[in-house]
Amino acid sequence: MTSSTARILYCHCAYAKVVPPEVKAAVLNGLSEADVEFDAVPDLCEMAAHGDARLRELASEGPLKIAACYPRAVKWLFAAAGAQLPEGAVRIWNMRVEPAGAVIQGLLDRGDGAGDGSLAERAE
Amino acid sequence: MSSADRATLARLLLERGVEVSCRPDAAAATGDPSGGTTVVVGNFGGVVPHHGLGVRVLDAEGVDLATLATTIERGPEVSAGGAPVAWKPWFPVIDYSRCTNCMQCLSFCLFDVYGVSADSKIQVQHQSNCKTDCPACSRVCPEVAIMFPKYRHGPINGEEVTADDVRREAMKVDISALLGGDVYAMLRDRSVKAKSRFSKERDDERALKERQTCLIALQKDLDIPPEVLAALPSPEEIMAKAEAARVRGLAAIQAANPDSKV
Repeated sequence: MTSSTARILYCHCAYAKVVPPEVKAAVLNGLSEADVEFDAVPDLCEMAAHGDARLRELASEGPLKIAACYPRAVKWLFAAAGAQLPEGAVRIWNMRVEPAGAVIQGLLDRGDGAGDGSLAERAE
Repeated sequence: MSSADRATLARLLLERGVEVSCRPDAAAATGDPSGGTTVVVGNFGGVVPHHGLGVRVLDAEGVDLATLATTIERGPEVSAGGAPVAWKPWFPVIDYSRCTNCMQCLSFCLFDVYGVSADSKIQVQHQSNCKTDCPACSRVCPEVAIMFPKYRHGPINGEEVTADDVRREAMKVDISALLGGDVYAMLRDRSVKAKSRFSKERDDERALKERQTCLIALQKDLDIPPEVLAALPSPEEIMAKAEAARVRGLAAIQAANPDSKV
C-alpha cells in the first residue's frame, strides 16, 4: 500500500553516541508537539543487521522522510536489509551534523511531500 | 497524552530498544504482522478502547512514564533473569556504488565477517562476528566503499567520499604486509639474523618485543582497538585464514569475470 503523503521515520541511534542527545530529544519533542504521525525506531543499524522486514516495508510504502545520520550510510543500511530506498521519494536529514530546528522543519514541511529526489546530504 | 509526555515516553522506549509509532487515532492500531506485540498507550480515562488480537492496550493516566516504559518493555510476562545484553550493532556496510568486488576486505578480515554471495559478490554475512569499534577493514578498501555508520570520522561514517579521500587510500599500507605473512616473516628473518650475530640460542623476548612494536604500528594505522589485537589468532591461523580467503576471493572474481585472467 502506498501513499502520496511522506511518512516520517526517526532513528534514535540507541547504541552509539554519535548523534547529540539534545538533538534527538529536540527532534522527538518537535514531532510530538506537531501531533503528526511518525514512526520511531531504536536503531536502523540494528534493524539492518537483522535483515528486519520492516525496512523493506518502509521502503515500499511511498515517499519517506528520514531523520537519522549520513544519507550514504542510511541508503546502504536499507540495502543491506534487502530494501531499496526509492530514488526521488526519500529525503534524509542528518542529525549528526544538522541542528534540530532544521531537521524538524524539514520533517514537518508539508509542501514537499514527494521529496526532490535527494538521497544526498541536505546542505544548510 | 501531552506532547511532552509522548516525547518522553517515546525516548524511554527507544532507549530500551522498542519501536514506537505515533498515531492520532489509537483505534487504528493493528497487530504486528511479524508476530510481535503491539501496545497501544494513551490517556483513555479508564475507558480502554477495544482492539483485536496481538494488540495490548495500556491506559497511561496517572502512571509514571518510567514505570510505563518498563511495563511495556517487559510485556505481559516478566522474564526471569537480568536484562538482555545490548549488542552494539557494529558491522561494515558496503557502498555497492563504489565497491569493485576486489575481495580485499574478505582477505583482510580475520573474523569471517565477509562472505561471497551466490552471484559471486562480496557480502557482509556475519555481522555479529565483527569486533566492536574496529574499523580496520574499511581502511584497506581501495575504493572507500566500506562504512561503519557509528564510527566517529568520515568518510568511514558515511560522509560523502571526496577526491582527497580516494588519494589518501592510494597511499595506504600495502595489504600484503597486513595479512600477517610479511610481518611475521620479517620478524622471523630479523630474529634469525640476530641469533646468528649474537647468540646461537633463541631470543624469544626480543622476538616478542619486535612483534609488539609491529602490532602497535599497525594498531595506529588501522585504529584497531587494543582488545581486538589481544584476541588475534596465532600467526599460523592468520596465514591459513588469509590463504583460504584469498582462494575464495579469487574464485569469486573468476566466477564474476570468466574472461579475465586473475
